[in-house]
Formats: sequence, structure tokens, C-alpha cells
Amino acid sequence: MNSIKNSIKNCRFLWCILLFLGLSINAASANEHNSEEGGVNITEIVFGHINDDYNWHVCTINDKHINIPLLCIVKGQNGWDVFCASKLHEGGYKGYKQSEEGQYAGKIVEVVDGKEVRPLDLSITKNVFTLFLVAAIMLVLFLGIAKKYKKDYLATPSGAQALLEPIILTVEEDITKACIGKNYKRYSPYILTVFFFILITNLIGIIPIFPGGANVTGNIAITFVLAFITFLFTNFTTNGHYWKEIFNPAVPLGLKCPIPIMQFIEFLGVFTKPIALMVRLFANMLSGHIMQLILVGLIFIMGSLFGAVTAYGVSVISILLAVFMDCLEVLVCLIQAYVFSMLSALFIGMAQERPEHEHA
Amino acid sequence: MSLITPEFGLVFWMLVVFGIVFFLLAKFAWPVITEMIAQRNKYIEDSIQSAKDANEKLNNIKKESEKILNEAKSQQFQIVHEAQNVKDQIIAEAKKQAETEAAKIIENAKSSINAEKENALKDIKVQVIELTLQLSEKVLKKQFSDKQSQEAFINEKLDEINAINKQ
Repeated sequence: MNSIKNSIKNCRFLWCILLFLGLSINAASANEHNSEEGGVNITEIVFGHINDDYNWHVCTINDKHINIPLLCIVKGQNGWDVFCASKLHEGGYKGYKQSEEGQYAGKIVEVVDGKEVRPLDLSITKNVFTLFLVAAIMLVLFLGIAKKYKKDYLATPSGAQALLEPIILTVEEDITKACIGKNYKRYSPYILTVFFFILITNLIGIIPIFPGGANVTGNIAITFVLAFITFLFTNFTTNGHYWKEIFNPAVPLGLKCPIPIMQFIEFLGVFTKPIALMVRLFANMLSGHIMQLILVGLIFIMGSLFGAVTAYGVSVISILLAVFMDCLEVLVCLIQAYVFSMLSALFIGMAQERPEHEHA
Repeated sequence: MSLITPEFGLVFWMLVVFGIVFFLLAKFAWPVITEMIAQRNKYIEDSIQSAKDANEKLNNIKKESEKILNEAKSQQFQIVHEAQNVKDQIIAEAKKQAETEAAKIIENAKSSINAEKENALKDIKVQVIELTLQLSEKVLKKQFSDKQSQEAFINEKLDEINAINKQ
């Protein structure tokens, strides 16, 4: 069941990439074609969206960009500096500027002796801002309903409580308890937090306008941290049995004695599991965002290639497809949150397993 | 490629934000929520159980009350029956008493009648004696001219008296 789900996801991702590549070539040629007429650079638009940014670009009306500037916090050669991101558009601040190309394209750099040096960058970017937003939503939601439960646990659940209670119970019963087993209570808070964090971030990500739309779960840094925490939970809350299984697995001697093949594979497995987690969430969410952008961008590509009439024609199909994709994306948001927390629970549960379970 | 290189700033903020959210929720939200839901489930289970128990008790009480009712009915029947018996007995006794009383009254009446009769007879005798005396006076006053007729007359009168006495 799960593998089918995953293979479907992977197929979709592949398809997206293919389409994306094809279109970016088209768009690139379109750009060359229309460079004087001010054509559409879809690659720039797509990457501008899926990448993190210091300014929150809301929209562009008549070539006027409407940006919400965020806070830049950097530590360069002369210590900490805090400034508004709008300064970056005004030609920089105290030697800091936004690199235009090369290794640090789009990032804040400090110009030292004519060279671009990357400072320690803890800026509140679009993604960080969304993280704060998600954190605030989660705290308000769950501390709020916890208070409600504390006040009268016999009252009929109402409002957010009624909506979230079945989800919390499903995560608790069907994911945590089912995958981890008898020790599940210890990991339940983590699995619940991860599930709701991913779910809420995903859902905010598909809202197209500020403060939604940031590609947070489709950013490798975010999924890296999540997978890393799962990795820590998996490997550092387990018992000796888990390490024995890795360094002295129950396989024929030939497979592990002179050349430690199994040990190598098992040890590799320790790292491939969280990496799989990291890449799965990242790729799925990223592909969703790219997909939407391309479907909408198609209208403008067609417009710049074949004129306004074609664009209107294409827009019907594009919008229908985009609506369909958006519906699918809502489902994907939920599925990805479910899959990530379930696999995390599964990995933790596998590391928890006792010898007698295996023989039973 | 920046797409697949984790940015340090984002990793830092993610760790901070996620850490804080995780800590706060793990301390103040999740345990409370799951504990309260578990408590509520337990309460519901207990309630159902106690409702079942109460139902059972109610059934028992119903059975008991029916039993008591039946007993009461039979007792009532018995009491009515006994009352009937007592009534019959009382009536019978009353009848008997009435009969004896009546017999006594009759007896008394008879004896008083007899006494009256005796008195009457005594009176009659006295009257007869007076009458005889008057008669004898009258006879004596009359001249015994005829000795034979005199004797006959006395005899006749004596016979008459005897006849009256004999009656």
C-alpha cells in the first residue's frame, strides 16, 4: 500500500521534472526570442518563488513590485548587523549587498577587498517568517485546545478542538501506537508535533498570497532538520539490541566475517533512512509548487509566444489543470505529513524492537 | 545548486523554532490532550458499565417487586378467605346463640304461661269455691222439702264440679 503510494508520488515527481525541463527550454527559447519585447522568464519566476528570499514579493502591478521587506541579521567582519531588507534594493547597507550571480547568487554577501564573502546569515527570510507563523499557529491552536480539555474534559469538543481531536487520535493510535509499540507514549509528542508542523506548513504553502505560499517544506534545510531530529530519536533512544543488529547482524558468517558486507549495508541504512525521509518530503512539496507555477506560467509563456488570444485559450486549460493540481496538492499536504510521521515512527519503532519480537 | 544545499540560517531558525514549539507542546499540550481524551474515554466506559449495572439492578428490583406483588396478592386472597370463614363462623355462632336464646325465651314464656295458668286455676278454684259457697248458701236457703231431690241436686252439683276439676 505504502510502496504504491510512494511510487505514485515518485512518478508524479518525475513527470513534473520532465515537464519542467521541457518548459524551461521552451521558456528559455522564448526569452531569447522575446528578449527585446520583455518576454516571460519562467525559470526566474519559478526559482524566485521556490527559493528563499529576503523580501516577500507579493505581486507586481504594472512593473511595480510590491514587496514586504523582512529583517536581515548578519554577522560580518565587523560584528552583528541588523537592517531592513529593503536596503538591499537600495544598493546595499554597510558593504552588504545581494549577490547577483556566482556561488552566492541571491544571498547576502559582504564585499571585502573586492571579493564577495558570505557572512553568518541569520536573516528572517520568507521561510523563517513562515516558520514563526506556523509556530504561532501551532502554539495558539494546541495550547488553546489543551486549556479547553483541562477546563472540562467531559464537554463535547467544539470548534478547533472538534476538528483536531480525531486527527490527534488518528496520529496517536494509527501512527505512533501502531508503528512504535509499547514504548509509544515517549515518542508521541514528537510524532504529533512533526505531523502537525508539516501539515500546517504544507497547507500554508499552497495558499498563494501573503502570508502563505512560501515553499518551506519544499526547502531542503527544513526537511534536513526534521529528518535529523528523527535520526537522533531513532539512534539515541534505543537499546543495545539495535546496535548489535547493525554491527553483528543475524546472518550467515560468510556475509559478515572477513569482509563486513552486512555491517556496511546496515550501517549505511542508519543514514539512508533519514535521508530518504528528508528527500521525500522535500521533493514532493517542491514538485507541487513547481507544478502550480508552471501551469499558471504556461498562460504567460503562450501569451508571449503566440499572442494574447492564445494565452486566453490556454488559460482555460491551465486553470482547470491548476485547480485539479491544487485539489491534489491539498491531499498531498496531508499524505506527506502522514508519510513523514509514519516513517519516523516506523524507524523509531524498528530501532526499538526487542529480539523476542523477531523470533515470535 | 542552492536548491539542494541546506542554508545555515534556515537550519538554525528551524532548529530554534521547531525546538521551542516541540518543547512547549510536549510539555503543555500533548500530554494534557491525550490524558484528557483517555480520561474521557474511561469516563464513558465507566458510565456505560454503571448504566448496565443500574439496568440490571432495575431488572432485579422489578422482579422483586413482582414477587412482592404476587405475595401480597396471595396474602390478600388468604386474608379475604379467612375473613369469609370468620364471617361464616360468626354468623353460625350468632344463629346458634339466637336459637338458644329463642329457646330460652320460649321456655321462659312457657313457664310463665304455666305459672299464669296455675294462678288462673287457683283463681278459678277460689272462684269455684266461692261459687260453691254461694250456691250452697242458695241451696241451703231453699227449703229441703224433698230429701231425695235434695240429694240428687247435691250429687248433680258435685258431679259437675268433679267434671270441671277433671278437665
